[in-house]
Amino acid sequence: MNWQLVPQQFVTGVLNGGIIAIIALGIVLIYRSSEVFNFSHGQLVMLGAFLTWWFAGANEDGKEIFNLPLWAAIPLAIAVMAGLGLVIERLALRPMTGQPLLAIILMTLGLAQFLEGATAIVFGIEPKNNFPSPFSPSDVITIPFPGAFNDAIILKQALLATFVVAIVAALLFMLFFQYTRTGLAMRATSADHELARSVGINVPRIFGLSWGIAGVIATLGGVLLATLTGVEVLNLPNLPNLRMINASYGERSHLWLH
Amino acid sequence: MLKVNNIEVVYNDVILVLRGVTLAVEPRQIVALLGANGAGKSTTLKAISGLLRTQQGEVTRGNIEFDGQRLDRQAPDDIVRQGIVQVLEGRPLFQHLTVEENLRSGALFRRDGAAVLREDLERVYNYFPRLRDFRQRTSGYLSGGEQQMVVIGRALMSRPKLMLLDEPSLGLAPMLVQNIFDIIRRINRESGVSILLVEQNAHVALQTADYAYVMENGRVVLDGPAATLAQNADIKEFYLGLTAVGERKSYRDVKHYKRRKRWLG
Repeated sequence: MNWQLVPQQFVTGVLNGGIIAIIALGIVLIYRSSEVFNFSHGQLVMLGAFLTWWFAGANEDGKEIFNLPLWAAIPLAIAVMAGLGLVIERLALRPMTGQPLLAIILMTLGLAQFLEGATAIVFGIEPKNNFPSPFSPSDVITIPFPGAFNDAIILKQALLATFVVAIVAALLFMLFFQYTRTGLAMRATSADHELARSVGINVPRIFGLSWGIAGVIATLGGVLLATLTGVEVLNLPNLPNLRMINASYGERSHLWLH
Repeated sequence: MLKVNNIEVVYNDVILVLRGVTLAVEPRQIVALLGANGAGKSTTLKAISGLLRTQQGEVTRGNIEFDGQRLDRQAPDDIVRQGIVQVLEGRPLFQHLTVEENLRSGALFRRDGAAVLREDLERVYNYFPRLRDFRQRTSGYLSGGEQQMVVIGRALMSRPKLMLLDEPSLGLAPMLVQNIFDIIRRINRESGVSILLVEQNAHVALQTADYAYVMENGRVVLDGPAATLAQNADIKEFYLGLTAVGERKSYRDVKHYKRRKRWLG
């Protein structure tokens, strides 16, 4: 084993972990509020990234439709995805209330297929490598590290930036859950549905809200991921194992919702 | 104020649990609902609070009225908004939340500002001074009596007109039971909250209540002012464990049970 590579791998791994954590947060959110494991979260991540790419106007054949700057495209994509989350909950999940949990989870699996197919039809399956990013791959920070490969650790600025954004977003969500009334209502609902109902919390509305927020988180994660890898229908949703491990970890540690 | 008119409740479309229950709660009254396990007491409370639906239960006949409004088709959170709050059996808490978060969760549906909520919290802490010291503590680690206090306090945070209490004495030491019931009486007197109380402990329930109903097999079989019921020979024998002359009953005489329970018919 080449120990020279360890420091570089370690740092890159930690920074990548930030993005995966924020993607996992969306799964944990829905799982903890409604006990549904959302298999379509990867597709939401992908769709969020595609919408941002689309709004930012980077079209394949040079035709620019929206041509928005990135700072406007991201919030717009987030808003659309929040709306989509609400719509999905309302149209696909709420009619399933009272059905066996497995049926509801299978519904999210079907949803995943649907979203993936629809995205492929609308945007095409070829990879989009022109995702608008404020960083170029050659923007790197070199930190001297004696003993490492070339005696240095190389940090891509894009990776560093996404990590910072992921951490800030995670902190904001934590504050939201900890200190707002809605956050408290969501934590209470995640603990016990019947009890939450008995104290007057509108539980179906909380479910809807958690899907809306999951849409927001997914978009954020998708944009961060796309900054690094570009967007592609078959690529982005394919992190299921990592995500599942993270979700079960987050579920157990009660990191966000308890 | 609350009128339950001859309701019938069915679970899962087949299991008939209540077969015609009628009862009423007047403003500022404490009403007790007595009966053995499985008599339908908790189901009656859940029919009123609307929580029946979360368990595939349904009011199939009769109706429930509160201040002239029909309740039996409404969602639980709308019913809480109208001033009826149920304290579930077994003092369930949001265990991972702190005491104060639990109390605040009772007022989440209200639109009032922070100052009003602060005042209401103070009111709860005045009823239960011990909770003030534990406000930042994770509620799951409290003792049974303290948890019961949190649960009642959380119900108070919704500013109820009517509280439905399901077995507040369950699993508490006798002294704590007295304690809790003293506070229930105080809440009733000072805040003017009506209380519908389900209890296995008939003794303390009849002491506390103004009026009482006895349920058996999904029916109300007996009702009357609590003081009158406490003197009723059958109640004395079957619920208070006393013979007609007021002595403790011996197990030797228990075979009388079947013969004497004549209201069942």
